Amino acid sequence: MAEESHIKIVPAGKLGYSFRRHLRERFIEIFLFMSAVLSVAIMLAIIMMLMKESFVFFQHVSIWEFLTDTQWTPLFDDAHYGILPLVSGTVVSSLIALLVALPLGTIIAIYLSEFAPFTVREVAKPFLELLGGVPTVVYGYFALLFVTPLLQVIFPELPGFNLLSAGLVMGIMIIPYVSSMTEDAMRAVPMNLREGSYAMGATRFQTAIRVVMPAAFSGIAAAYILGISRAVGETMVVAIAAGMQPNLTWNPMEPAATITAYIVQVSLGDLPHGSIGYQTIFAAGLTLLLITLVFNIIGHVLRKRYREIY
Amino acid sequence: MRNVNNLEEIRRIISLHKKWDLVFMVAGIFALMIAVMTFMALFAHMLIDGMPRLSWEFFTSFPSRKPESAGIFSAWVGTTLVMLVTAVAAVPLGIGSGVYLEEYAPRNLLTEIIEINVTNLAGVPSIIYGLLALGLFVYQLGFGQSILAAGLALALLILPVVIVATREAIRSIPVTIREGAYALGATKWQTVSDHLLPYSSAGILTGIIIGLARAIGETAPIITIGALTFIAFLPPSPIKNEFPYVSIEWLTAPFTVMPIQMFNWVSRPEEAFQLNAAAAGLVLVVMTLAMNGLAIYLRYRMRKNIKW
Repeated sequence: MAEESHIKIVPAGKLGYSFRRHLRERFIEIFLFMSAVLSVAIMLAIIMMLMKESFVFFQHVSIWEFLTDTQWTPLFDDAHYGILPLVSGTVVSSLIALLVALPLGTIIAIYLSEFAPFTVREVAKPFLELLGGVPTVVYGYFALLFVTPLLQVIFPELPGFNLLSAGLVMGIMIIPYVSSMTEDAMRAVPMNLREGSYAMGATRFQTAIRVVMPAAFSGIAAAYILGISRAVGETMVVAIAAGMQPNLTWNPMEPAATITAYIVQVSLGDLPHGSIGYQTIFAAGLTLLLITLVFNIIGHVLRKRYREIY
Repeated sequence: MRNVNNLEEIRRIISLHKKWDLVFMVAGIFALMIAVMTFMALFAHMLIDGMPRLSWEFFTSFPSRKPESAGIFSAWVGTTLVMLVTAVAAVPLGIGSGVYLEEYAPRNLLTEIIEINVTNLAGVPSIIYGLLALGLFVYQLGFGQSILAAGLALALLILPVVIVATREAIRSIPVTIREGAYALGATKWQTVSDHLLPYSSAGILTGIIIGLARAIGETAPIITIGALTFIAFLPPSPIKNEFPYVSIEWLTAPFTVMPIQMFNWVSRPEEAFQLNAAAAGLVLVVMTLAMNGLAIYLRYRMRKNIKW
């Protein structure tokens, strides 16, 4: 009986339903919900803002002219509004970047995931992460003042601004994104698949190429898509190293402007709010968003279709 | 022993395949070296050009038309203030959003939309955030080309980073911790604030640092909102002498930041300004590397110390 006195008697009301406690929980949940919904609101705001200004723009300029005219000179007296020169600059610089980033990124990922000893991986992964953290404006500086002079030794006729050096540096810049996502995807492949392959007498290389990579296909596709979006949306490297003159060309040795570089060029000037020049950057931005959106959707479909579940 | 005659043949095939292993190993190291060498070249080039310009005066001088007396005073002050706004906006929203998605969200269509949307936001080019900020913050809400508009633009940009880091950190806490808290009568928020958030704080902090390191280097969105590049004055001080001692006037002040200052110097034809750009780039790279390094270190410590 003596022990019973140690038990603290709690009034029943304290354990029961507490209005204040319940109210606080509800408020917090509502705040958390609002902050989660905010991300959807941001996406909608982006789309609405771009659509709104582009809508006004397309009342001045027909969509047909926008898509087929071969000149982009919105700020000249003789204004032309053809997005093609900006698209060609974007495509060329992105292609060069991807030609560098996808093979190198994949090789690094396979090496780190399947070949490298533990210590090499522990050192290389953080290093690649640091490489991905270098500001893009610094890469732009590097492309203009280091890579271009270096390329000019090989190609003496190369102009000071060109798509080649911007694309190459952009490619190096994207390597860490591609390699780290590809490696994560490959490491997620269960060990017993590899063991099965080794048991059949396959070498490391055969296992990596024929077993691990197909099994990790959906993750690798996602990594490539991210690399493409990065290349298409990259701004500072091309704005600094490729010049800002719209130029309908497929030749990487020429200067040209990308969609992003054009937006930068206009923003550096002093365009009045509501002028057609102001609206062009939103139309250009909408084009850019649509391009990246298409790639995101392709990535989503690939992930869904080829996802392997173990 | 059927294949004894073929033993030589088999050995040949095996050694051929092993050779491919070696070839690929070399290719892997070579690819890694390209990345390493590029970074070394970048750093060395900036160091050689920029080091002579780095002095106390460089940090305490305003930009100037004379390259040798120009400095980054207004730029680093601007960067600090913009980062303050970014952190204040992105951290609570990002953590809140991550907590909601991990702990509160019911399995329904809306949750799925939010989840897909966070992934998509992470893939939106940074310059698009600049256009959003230009239309929404600068003109529609009337913030002008101010520290507030820039800080909010960068906050939106790094929000997905903070959300994903929070989610991953919370997800790695075993469910037994939650069950223990609930068994003792804790409410959901008590469980989150007394257990889940403290245990995941290192992981969340890592995400915040990586996000802010990215925001420091972002140039495109800030150019897009029309930040001036020649600012030879400081924003009004946040601390005042008279009551109430703090002022928010600086939020609406024009500003410049480090990457903008560097971009401005890079795009000048005079070589002397490009040396300034190298010096500014050096400061910028050291800053972002230090932050990323801290994040990597934190994650390493965490992985070593926490064993559930």
